[in-house]
Amino acid sequence: MIEAPDISWGALAPLLLVFGAACAGILVEAFVPRALRHPVQVGLALVGTLGALAATVLLAGTREVTAVGALAVDGPALFLQATIAGLGALSVLLFAERALDPARSAFVVSAAVPAGSPRDRELATVPQVQTEVYPLATFAIGGMMLFVASNDLLVMFVALEVLSLPLYLISGLARRRRLLSQEAAVKYFLLGAFASAFFLYGLALVYGAAGSVRLSEVREAVGTDGGGALLVLGLALLVVGLLFKASVAPFHTWTPDVYQGAPTAVTAFMAACTKVAAFGAILRLLYVAFGTAEWTWRPLVYAAAIVSMVVGAVLGLTQTDLKRMLAYSSVAHAGFLLTGVIGLGAAGTGSGLPATMFYLLAYGITTLGAFAVLTLVRDGDGEASHLSQWAGLGARSPVTAAVMTLFLLALAGIPLTAGFTGKFAVFRAAIEQGAWPLTVVALLASAVAAFFYLRVVVLMYFSEPVADGPTVGVPGVPTTLVLAVTATATVALGVLPGAVLDLAERAAIFVG
Amino acid sequence: MSETLPADGLLGWSWLLIALPLAGAAVLLLGGRRTDRWGHLLGTATVGAAFLLALLCTVQLAGQDGTPADVELFTFIATGELDVTAGLLFDPLSAVFVLLITGVGSLIHVYSIGYMAHDPGRRRFFAYLNLFVAAMLLLVLGNSFVALYVGWEGVGLASYLLIAFWYTRPGAATAAKKAFIMNRVGDVGLALAIFIMFAQLGTTSYAGVFGSVGTLAGGTITAIGLLLLLGACGKSGQFPLQAWLPDAMEGPTPVSALIHAATMVTAGVYLIARSAPIYDLTPTARAVVLAVGALTLLIGAIAGCAYDDIKKVLAYSTVSQIGYMFLAVGLGPAGYVAGLAHLLTHGFFKAGLFLGAGSVMHAMDDQVDMRRFGGLWNKLPVTFATFGLGYLALIGFPFLSGYYTKDAIIEAAFDRADVWGWLLGGVAILGAGLTAFYMTRLMLMTFFGRRRWTEGQHPHEAPAVMTVPMILLALGSIGAGFVLVVATPLADWLEPVFGPPEEAAHAIPPVVVAAIVTGVAAIGVLAAWLFVGRREVPVTAPVRVSPVTRAARHALYADAVNESLFMRPGQWLTRALVWVDNRGVDGAVNGLAAGLGGSSSRLGRAQTGFVRTYALGMLGGAVVVAGALLAVTAG
Repeated sequence: MIEAPDISWGALAPLLLVFGAACAGILVEAFVPRALRHPVQVGLALVGTLGALAATVLLAGTREVTAVGALAVDGPALFLQATIAGLGALSVLLFAERALDPARSAFVVSAAVPAGSPRDRELATVPQVQTEVYPLATFAIGGMMLFVASNDLLVMFVALEVLSLPLYLISGLARRRRLLSQEAAVKYFLLGAFASAFFLYGLALVYGAAGSVRLSEVREAVGTDGGGALLVLGLALLVVGLLFKASVAPFHTWTPDVYQGAPTAVTAFMAACTKVAAFGAILRLLYVAFGTAEWTWRPLVYAAAIVSMVVGAVLGLTQTDLKRMLAYSSVAHAGFLLTGVIGLGAAGTGSGLPATMFYLLAYGITTLGAFAVLTLVRDGDGEASHLSQWAGLGARSPVTAAVMTLFLLALAGIPLTAGFTGKFAVFRAAIEQGAWPLTVVALLASAVAAFFYLRVVVLMYFSEPVADGPTVGVPGVPTTLVLAVTATATVALGVLPGAVLDLAERAAIFVG
Repeated sequence: MSETLPADGLLGWSWLLIALPLAGAAVLLLGGRRTDRWGHLLGTATVGAAFLLALLCTVQLAGQDGTPADVELFTFIATGELDVTAGLLFDPLSAVFVLLITGVGSLIHVYSIGYMAHDPGRRRFFAYLNLFVAAMLLLVLGNSFVALYVGWEGVGLASYLLIAFWYTRPGAATAAKKAFIMNRVGDVGLALAIFIMFAQLGTTSYAGVFGSVGTLAGGTITAIGLLLLLGACGKSGQFPLQAWLPDAMEGPTPVSALIHAATMVTAGVYLIARSAPIYDLTPTARAVVLAVGALTLLIGAIAGCAYDDIKKVLAYSTVSQIGYMFLAVGLGPAGYVAGLAHLLTHGFFKAGLFLGAGSVMHAMDDQVDMRRFGGLWNKLPVTFATFGLGYLALIGFPFLSGYYTKDAIIEAAFDRADVWGWLLGGVAILGAGLTAFYMTRLMLMTFFGRRRWTEGQHPHEAPAVMTVPMILLALGSIGAGFVLVVATPLADWLEPVFGPPEEAAHAIPPVVVAAIVTGVAAIGVLAAWLFVGRREVPVTAPVRVSPVTRAARHALYADAVNESLFMRPGQWLTRALVWVDNRGVDGAVNGLAAGLGGSSSRLGRAQTGFVRTYALGMLGGAVVVAGALLAVTAG
């Protein structure tokens, strides 16, 4: 007789809501008439994500380990789940935009039709929408939320796959430039599988050394001396798997290609939510399982932070495509986030955890907004993401240019924007841990990165518009809503960050 | 300044004094063309209302025996140790200034209705004028040096805007820039003084600073005093920062009357009088004030003798008269009241003189060259009468305003009863003689003699809206001195601020001083008549003149000194810095940028687009990570 495990269903409500919505989405795909599918799917995805967001708010303050120790519901988990659910809801809104593309949707009608075939050309102009993207995205959101709450390496791996597989798929769903999109999906899949293998191998080594995959039990095996070569090797491979997801250099190589190829709304989703989830897992792993032997991973994170910041900032300089530029920006920001991880300090005594969580929220909002602006600027072939096409945009569309400028300034970390508050918080945490050389590098990298952000601003305002330049589409309600929310939040988190910083501060205690 | 009362009754509303003109300025500036038709009336009404309120407040202040009222408004800056609460202080000293500003201000607003009647920018003009009044009231009503500073910059801005009111004229634009920049030099001094106060005393409120300034080292107090003086010199056109004031006459004449004669330029005197508790502790700074005042009164008087531009003569006269005031307040407790009394009477008669000059210009198609005037007395009878009264008051004609107040300053100087007292008194008497000379010259060239008008000019008297303010100010030129010195002595009114008036032991009996001053002035008048009145005035200025005249015509080479001492070295410095910036800084930055761009391209080659390359990179990274971690653990 096997006893049913004791599961605290209430504490898992955010996860259950999202996964419930995703499963219901599959049924909707099967049974609801085509005409109704789009509104129902969008509604379902929004109900799932926003419901999860509300549930995390209601659960605030919960601290427990449930499902036989597999899941932790604690401050960081809830804060990051709320962040993912909120950003996920905004991404769903971006997917649902129907006013911008003349074919009513940014997603291909039938992904299985070979690109460039007669059938494909026929379908390209059909104003039909494909709705599988919503349950897929909802599954990915659920996987991310599970990822940051997993208290067990195996659950963490399952979550990693649950979040990754739908992402591989929806990266390939672009309606225009399909080959580029499919190439991105395949690359992402191959490299993602490669990274997952590292993670799994690391998991096996840790199990071999510690005799358990439960984070708390791994911690006991680690102790303060690192627990031996096998365990440390396991840690190294686990971290490689996670750094890949977080697009930290040198595991970032997929990022520019995939960000450029995927539909922009999907890129926005990946840039914002995947980053949050990956860093959530990194924080939990390093803090809960290996926090007592901080000296083992500190040099590694230190070096990865520097490499990531330098590579992201320097390579961003010569990009001519805005999506690729933002991809390298994402790499650089991963480095900045790692300075916050350094700020965790020995046994989590530092203020790195709340700082990193705040940074994730701020960066997610800003980068989502920046990609949302990219969807507005279009020419005959779809989005006009080449830098030269943005010349003189400030004269043609002052509001769009102003909003983009706001996001770019925030990404550059200019005061009175969310980006500044976040950078300030993580750099301070790093300095408190004595990592001032790292902070100096981070500041220099920020300065270099500021160049390519500001170059776009200069281009928009101080260049003559190109002759047959792109048009700025009038967004429908969903994108307008996303831009309004992200722009407001970017300013609010820069001007009055106190409440959210305080929230992150109070949430910053891991359980287990 | 020991005791203050919480403001109740009308004094609690004294913030309205500032708010009314400020609201007027806001409505006029934001309302745009919709307010064109009635904007000037609103502007005048707000200042008039402020004047009435000021009168009522003063009556209440008199009722509580002049005990200052403190009006707390809101916390202006609260950061760390610095806590600046915005508040107003309505005491006898500020009451005097408020009455002067709103009173003369109202008259000049009324006059401007006529003067600017046909100017397309009339609404803008009244908006700036209202802005000025608001800022000037804040300057004199603030209860801390920071509030004063805000008002100080506000009047500087309004002055800049109004000098450049006709900004399409290059002369006006240049003059405004000059005024603004030279004022900046002074403002730096004022700001540094405030910084020192905060650094040393932790407060900037008058009460706090004056209460504890005695605990500072002598050198620090002197530094504060000298820096405040620098600020005062900038705003009041005193040596060495006097050159901007005559150029400021490019602005419309009502502006010259209100800002550059009656009120703003006297802010420096206010600053020094207000800071009396500081200057009382530092004889060194006071000696410098004396020197500045004496020097400036001579410079102004000498330059005034040589100019042919009626407004510039009046401007140099203002420079010179403010020199008298500085001299007075530099004398310390004996001179504060005398200086302020002269400030008030000067406010009346100089404003009247400027309005008269404006009326003359109005009649002569905006001509300002006195060599083109002459014989205007019967064409402009009201202007002639009011201007003449102002003239008599200025040269100290017995029993008119200037007679009482200027003599009081000269007496106070002699009362020092040392060699410096004699020297200063002598300079002041010499200045009185020069004043009589240049003003008589002005009168003779403008109103008497042959008509040297340009062809086709038909001078006519100004409308009542302009003449009535001139008449009222002329009444002030006649009676203000008597009222302030004899009838209701200013000294008694200001007692809560400066302490009881001292019964000075006169080194020379006042009657003798009065006789000497009047005699010297008479000589000046006579000399003017001999040199100017008796002869024919050439229409163009003679070229072959004595070196003295040439120097005076160049205002004793103040501009040349400024240019060679400050402007040229400044230009060299900026050129050198630009060179360093171009070659050094830009070179480094561009080199760095090129280097980063190059490495970016080289690094970018690793991004081949092939999955195999990426996977290899990841594998390499993983190997390094694992190796490094093992190394760390093993080591």
